[in-house]
Amino acid sequence: MSKLEYSDGPILEIDRLSISFFTRLREIPAVMDFSVSVMPGEAVGLVGESGCGKSTVALGVMQDLGKNGRIVGGSIKFKGRDLGEMSVEELRDIRGNEIAMIYQEPMASLNPAMKIGKQLMEVPMIHEGVSEDEAYKRALEVVTDVRLPDPERMLNSYPHQLSGGQQQRIVIAMALMSKPALLILDEPTTALDVTVEAAVVELVKDLGKKYGTSMLFISHNLGLVLETCDRLCVMYSGEAVERGSIEDVFDEMQHPYTQALFRSIPLPGADKNARPLVSIPGNFPLPHERPKGCNFGPRCDYFEAGRCDAGDIAMADVPGNDRHATRCLKFQEIDWNAPITVGEQKEKTAPGKVVLKMDQLKKYYEVAANALFGGGARKVVKANETLSFEARESETLAIVGESGCGKSTFAKVLMGLETATDGEILLDGQNIEQTPIEARDTKTISDVQMVFQNPFDTLNPSMTVGRQITRALEIFGIGDSDAERKNRMLELLDLVKLPRAFADRMPRQLSGGQKQRVGIARAFAGGARIVVADEPVSALDVSVQAAVTDLLMEIQRNEKTTLLFISHDLSIVRYLSDRVMVMYLGHVVELGDTDQVFSPPYHPYTEALLSAVPIADTSVEKEHIVLEGDIPSAMNPPPGCPFQTRCRWKSEVPGGLCEREVPPVRHLQAGHQIKCHLGDEVLERMTPVIKIAAE
Amino acid sequence: MDPLSWTGSIAFLNPLLFAALGLLAISILIWILIGAVTPEDRSITNVGGTLSLSAGPQGLAALAVRVTFLASAVILLAYIVLGLFMGTGAGIIGALAQRMLPVWIALILLFTLSISFKRRLGLYGKLFDSPIGMIGFGLVMFWVFTGIFGAFDMIITHDPLAQASGMKNKAPGTPLRGAEEGDFAWYLLGGDNLARDVFSRMVKGAWEVVKIAPLATIFAFMVGITLGLPAGYYGGKLDTFLSFLANLILAFPVILLFYLLVTPEIVATGLPQYMAVVLFAFPMVFFGVLLNARYRTQPQKNLMILAVVLVPLFLMYMCLINAAGSKIDVWPLDFFDVPGGILVVFVSVVFVNSPTVFRIVRGLTMDIKTRDYVAAAQTRGERPWYIMLWEVLPNARGPLIVDFCLRIGYTTILLGTLGFFGLGLPPESPDWGSTINEGRKLLSVYLHPALPPAIALLSLVLGLNLLADGLREESLRD
Amino acid sequence: MGLFILRRVGVMILTALCLTFVVFFMTNLYPNLEKLAKTQGNFRMSDEAVASWLEKGGYLQSTPKKYMEWIGVAPSYQHVAEDGTVTGRCITPGMDPAEAPRFCGILQGYWGYSTVFKDEVSSIVATRLSLTGTLMFWVMVVMVPSALILGVLAGMKEGSATDRTLSTFAITTTATPEYVSGVLFIAIFSSSAVGLKWFKGTATSAMESPNIENFLLPVLTIALYGMGYIARMTRASMTEVMTAQYIRTARLKGVSFPNIVMKHALRNALIAPFTVIMLQFPWLLNGVVIVETLFNYKGFGWTLVQAAGNNDIELLLGVSVVSVLVVLITQLISDIGYVYLNPRIRIS
Repeated sequence: MSKLEYSDGPILEIDRLSISFFTRLREIPAVMDFSVSVMPGEAVGLVGESGCGKSTVALGVMQDLGKNGRIVGGSIKFKGRDLGEMSVEELRDIRGNEIAMIYQEPMASLNPAMKIGKQLMEVPMIHEGVSEDEAYKRALEVVTDVRLPDPERMLNSYPHQLSGGQQQRIVIAMALMSKPALLILDEPTTALDVTVEAAVVELVKDLGKKYGTSMLFISHNLGLVLETCDRLCVMYSGEAVERGSIEDVFDEMQHPYTQALFRSIPLPGADKNARPLVSIPGNFPLPHERPKGCNFGPRCDYFEAGRCDAGDIAMADVPGNDRHATRCLKFQEIDWNAPITVGEQKEKTAPGKVVLKMDQLKKYYEVAANALFGGGARKVVKANETLSFEARESETLAIVGESGCGKSTFAKVLMGLETATDGEILLDGQNIEQTPIEARDTKTISDVQMVFQNPFDTLNPSMTVGRQITRALEIFGIGDSDAERKNRMLELLDLVKLPRAFADRMPRQLSGGQKQRVGIARAFAGGARIVVADEPVSALDVSVQAAVTDLLMEIQRNEKTTLLFISHDLSIVRYLSDRVMVMYLGHVVELGDTDQVFSPPYHPYTEALLSAVPIADTSVEKEHIVLEGDIPSAMNPPPGCPFQTRCRWKSEVPGGLCEREVPPVRHLQAGHQIKCHLGDEVLERMTPVIKIAAE
Repeated sequence: MDPLSWTGSIAFLNPLLFAALGLLAISILIWILIGAVTPEDRSITNVGGTLSLSAGPQGLAALAVRVTFLASAVILLAYIVLGLFMGTGAGIIGALAQRMLPVWIALILLFTLSISFKRRLGLYGKLFDSPIGMIGFGLVMFWVFTGIFGAFDMIITHDPLAQASGMKNKAPGTPLRGAEEGDFAWYLLGGDNLARDVFSRMVKGAWEVVKIAPLATIFAFMVGITLGLPAGYYGGKLDTFLSFLANLILAFPVILLFYLLVTPEIVATGLPQYMAVVLFAFPMVFFGVLLNARYRTQPQKNLMILAVVLVPLFLMYMCLINAAGSKIDVWPLDFFDVPGGILVVFVSVVFVNSPTVFRIVRGLTMDIKTRDYVAAAQTRGERPWYIMLWEVLPNARGPLIVDFCLRIGYTTILLGTLGFFGLGLPPESPDWGSTINEGRKLLSVYLHPALPPAIALLSLVLGLNLLADGLREESLRD
Repeated sequence: MGLFILRRVGVMILTALCLTFVVFFMTNLYPNLEKLAKTQGNFRMSDEAVASWLEKGGYLQSTPKKYMEWIGVAPSYQHVAEDGTVTGRCITPGMDPAEAPRFCGILQGYWGYSTVFKDEVSSIVATRLSLTGTLMFWVMVVMVPSALILGVLAGMKEGSATDRTLSTFAITTTATPEYVSGVLFIAIFSSSAVGLKWFKGTATSAMESPNIENFLLPVLTIALYGMGYIARMTRASMTEVMTAQYIRTARLKGVSFPNIVMKHALRNALIAPFTVIMLQFPWLLNGVVIVETLFNYKGFGWTLVQAAGNNDIELLLGVSVVSVLVVLITQLISDIGYVYLNPRIRIS
C-alpha cells in the first residue's frame, strides 16, 4: 500500500482541537482550543504537568480516544487530509504506516507471548504486503539501526528476555519499520534510568534525522524537550498556553505559567539558601472545576480580577518572533525581564556533631538462581559493598544512583527492616546494624524515619489522614491522652502547611503533593532526627516539587534533622544537598561535598551521570557523554570495577586492571573520595561537564 | 370451592406480557446483530459537542431493548399490584402476591431508604447506580425477607410438615378438602407426594438457607482471613505448609468429603464437634488479635475493650461446641444446643469453603504488602498483626466483599447438594435440596413439587451472582 | 523443567498419601466398622460378637498399621483361629496360607472386595470409570469449546450488546447447579406434564448405546454449570488483555480488529482459563455424581453414592483413590501447561 500523496505544508496540522470525555454525570473537557502544526522534519515538543491533556492530544491524532472520548471541535489534518473524516480502513492504513507511536512503558507495549521478530515483521506485512523474508530482512536492518547487539538473537527472543532500555529500542524500531512521516513519542523515557534515557534520546534524535521523520515529543521534562525539539508548546489544564521555537520560549517566555515553571525547577545556580526556588502557589484545577477565563488565573502573580476572569482568552501572536504565540491578555504589559523577587534568603546552617556513622557496611542476599523452578544453585547478590560515611546534625547527604545501585537496600538496613551482613551502623555511637526493627526501642525507631517515593502509595487508602498521624503518635508513645495526641496531630498538620480540616479526609481526596506532606508529617511525628527521604518528589509534578522540597528544607532547618536524600535527579541534589554520595551496583564510587562532586576530577560514572541529566537552560553547554549498554544486573555483576563495562576512560588504565580488581578508595581532597583506578594525571585532565556559557 | 387458575380475573395481562417478552427477545437479537455487523466504534465529530453519545441504528436498538424491558417489568409489576388487591380473585399469582405482602413492604422500604441516601452509603450506595446490582440485590433481599418472615410464620399458608388428606400430588390451586374456619383454603402451589403444601415448604426452605449460608460463609472468611494473612505476609515455610493444607482440602472431591463427614456414624464419633472446636475458635482469635493490635499502646483501654468483646464471644463459643450428652460436655453454662445434624452440615460447609478464601486472602496480602504504607508501618515499628489486620486487610476489602457474595451463592448450592443426597439435615426438613430430591422421583408425571424449590434456589443464587457482579463493577469504577 | 516436574510429582504423591489416609481414617472409625460387622454378620450381634468379628478381620489394629497394609507396604494381617486355620486379607478361600503372598495392597493391585456388588473393587472401578469416561468426554467436547467461544466473544468488546447478553447467560448457568438444571431439563423435555418428550429422562440405556436421545440431557446438565464459570473466566481474562497496552500498540500499528483478537489477544487471554479448566475437574466430579444419580447412569459417581450409602468400605476407598488421583493429575497437567503456554515463565 502506498503512502498518502503529499505536497508541501505542514505534515500535521491541529486546528482549534477540543476533546472531551463523557461520563455518566457530565462532560469533562480534556483538551480545549488546541492548535499546533508540525512541519516536515521538525520536532515539536508538548510540555505540561500530568493531567494537562498532552497525551489526549496524541491519542486524538491517532483517533483512538476509546469509548468515552470524543473530538468535539476543531480538526486534525495529516498531510492536508482531515483524520476525523477518514473511514476505519483509511485510518488503519495510516496507523503504523504513516503515523507511528512510541509509548511510556516499553514492557507493557510489547506483546509478552509473541516473539519480537514477529511483532516487528507484522508492520510491513500489513501495510506493504511484503513477503515474510523481505519483512525479516527489514526487521534485521532496523534492529541494527537502533544499535542493538546481536540483532538476529533479538528477533528470536520474547520481550521479557530484554532489559528496559532494549525493549524501548525495540518499540522505536517497530515505529520506524515502515518509515513513517510522523512519529509521536509519549514520554518515551520516563520509565528508564537516566544514563539509559540519554542514550535513547540520542538514538531518537539521530534516527529522526536519518529517516527524515517529523516528531511530536510529549514530555513533562523541559530539559529533555530542549535537547530533542525545535519548537515546543506548553500546555496547562487542557489548553496550550504558549507556543514557539525553543529559543523564544526558553529565553523570551511570554506566559506567566511558563515563567513560573522555569522558576520552580532547580537549574544550575539555584541554591537552597541564597536563591531558593519559587514554587507555584495553589493546586492544578480539576477538569470540571476550571475557573472562568484564564485557567492559570488563580495561581498567577499577574492576575487582574475582572479582566483575566472575564471570558475565554484566545492565543495571541507575539510580535517580532517567528510563530510565537501566547494565551495571556497581559503579555505585553508584563515586564518579563524584571528580576525574580528572591524569596527570603536563609543562613546556611552549620552541620553539628556526627549522629550517624556507617563503617564498612555490607549487605548480601542469597537468592535462588531460578525463581520458579526453585532449588539448584543459589547466588549471592551483593547489594551493598563496604559502605562507609558519616552524617552530621542538620546536614543533607544526597545518595545518588540508578536502579540496582543498592540505595534502597541501604535504606532498609538503616531502618532495621533488614540486618547487615557485615560492618557497623552507629547511631549516636551505638551499634544498630544487627538490631531488627522489632528489637529496637521506641526512641531509636522514632529517631530514624522515612519519607517514601510514591505519593499514591505512601498513605493507607482506607484510613483518614488524622488517624494515620495519630497512630504514629500512639506508637511513638507521645501524648498521654487521646485529646493530647489529637492536638499534636493538628500541630503536625500545621507544620506541613496543610489545613487542619484535612485530618478527617481520606487519602483519595488529596492531591499527590498533599499526600506527600502528610507522609512528611507522619515521619516527623516522633521528632525524627534522621530522615531518609527516598525520592520524595520524583513522582510529583514540577510545580509541586519545589514546594515539597522547600517544606523539607524548612523543617530540617528548624528541627536540625539529618536528611539522607535518595535521588537520581542530579539537579535537585545539587540544589539542596551539602554532601553527595554516588553509588553504582552496590559500591560507593564517589563521596564528597556538593561542589567537589559536581566539579572535576570526577569518577567516570559521575561524569556520565552529570552529562545525562537534561537541563532546561539554553545557556548551559554540556559535554556529550553517552554510555554504552545497560546497567548490569546486580545478580550478575562484572568482575573487577563494577563500572568497567561502560567506562569510557577504561583504556587509560594499563594492564586491564579494571577488569581484574575492584579499585581501592582514594582520598583526593579533604572529604572527597573516589573508587577508581585512573591515575592522578588522568583525573587532572578532566574538564567540567556542565558549563554555563558566558553571556 | 373451586380450584384456582393461575391468573384468575387478571388473565387479560397474559397476552400483553407475552407480547412484551417477545418484543424484548427480538430487540435483543437485533441489538446483538447490529453490534456484530457495524464496525468498530468511530469517534463522531459533532460540532455542537452535545451529550448524545449513541446515535444511529445501534443506539436505536439499545433504546428498543430498554423500552421493551421496562414494559415487561411494568406488566410484571401490574400482576403483583393487582394480585395484592384482588388476592385469590387474581388466581394463584394474586394469592401469592398477597401472601408475600410483608416482603413487598420490606423491599420497598429498603430500596427507597437506600436510594435516597445512596451518596452517603459508600460502596453499598454505589450499588444503586448499577441496574445489574440492583436486580441482584432485589432478588437476594426478596429471599432474605421471605426467609425471615417465613420463620415468624407470616407468609406460609399451612404447616410445612403437616399432611392433609387427599392432597397428595395435587396440582397448584387445588382447594383444601375439608378446610376448617381460619385455614387457608387452597394449596397454592399444590401438594407433594406426602400431601404437604409445596408453597409453605418453599418459604420455610428459604429460612433454612438464610440462617445457615451467610453464617457459614462468615465463619469460612474468618478462618480464611486469619490463616491467609500470615501466609501471605510472612511467606516462607509457614506459607508452604498452610498452602499445602489448603491444596489438600481443595483436591478432595467435595461430594466425597460430604459423604465421609456427614453421616450419623461420624457424628457419633464426635469428629464434627472437634472440628467445630477448631473452626469456631477462629472468630475469637480474629477479634482478639484485631483489637489487641489496635489498642496495644493503651493497655487499660485495651483490656476493657477485649473483655467486652471476647467474653460474650467465648460464651457463645462454649455454647456452640458444648452439647449435653455428646463427646464434649464440660461447660455448665450451656444455653442452647445445636442439633448434631445441623452442626455437621455447618462445619463441613465452612471446612470446604475456607481454603478458597485462604487462597484469595493470601494472594491479596502478597500484593498489598509491597505497598509503601506497609513499609511505613514497618519502619515505625508496628507489630506484624497490626499491619496485617489494619493496613492490609481493609485495603483488600473490595475483592473480598465480591467474593463473599459469590461464596454465599456457592454455599447455598452446597447446602442444596447436601439436601439432594439426603445428608445431614433431618429427612422431613423443608430445605430446597431435599425437596428437589423428593420431587424428582415423580418428575415425569408431577412437575409442581420439584419446580418451585428449584426455581427458588436458582433465583437466589442468580441474585447473589448479579449482586457480586454489580459490586465488582462499581468498586472498579473509581 | 525436569526438576520442576519432579518436585510437582513429589508433592502430588505426598498429597495423595495424605488424602487417602484421611479417607482411610474416616472410613475405619469404629462406628463404621461396627456397622460393617453388623451388615456382614447379622444385625443382632452383641458387642462382643462384633469385637471378635472385627478382630478376626484385622480391623482392630492401629490405623497407621492398617493403612500400611492396605497400601501394601506392610505384611498383611493374618488371623489364626483357635482350630489353627489361618485367615487373612491375602488368603483367598481355598488357598494354602503358606503360599499366600505376604503383601496385598493397592500397590500389589489388590483393591479389596466390594460388599455391595460382591465383586473385586478393581474391576468395578474399571468398568464404572470407563462409563463415566464416556460421559466426561462428551461433556468436555460440549463445554470447553463453547465456553471459550462464549468468553472470547463477550470479552472482545467490553460492554457491547454481545457482551451483556452472553455474560447474563453465563451468570445464569453458573447460578444453576446440576440438580436444578437437571430437574428443569427433565421437566421441560421429557415429562409427560409438558408433553414435549424429546429426550429421555433417564440415561440407563446410554450405558450400552449412548445416543442423543438418552445422553444429551446428562451431558448438557454437567456442561452448562461448568461452562458458565469457564466462560466468565475467559471473558475476564479477555477484557483484561484487550485493555492492555500491547493491544493498543497493535491497534495503532494498523492491525485489523479480527487480527488483533486472533493473533495478539487470544494466546494471552487463554493462559488463565486453561488453569481454570483443569482445576474444574474436582467440581466436575461433583456434577458427575449428581447427574449420574439424577439420570440413573451407573457410572463412577453412582458407584460412589452406592458405596458411601451402604458403608462399603473397600469400594469407597478404591473410589477415593481414583478420584484423588484424577484431581491431582489434572492439577499437574495444569501446572505444566501453564508453564508451557506462558513464555515469560518457560524461558527465563
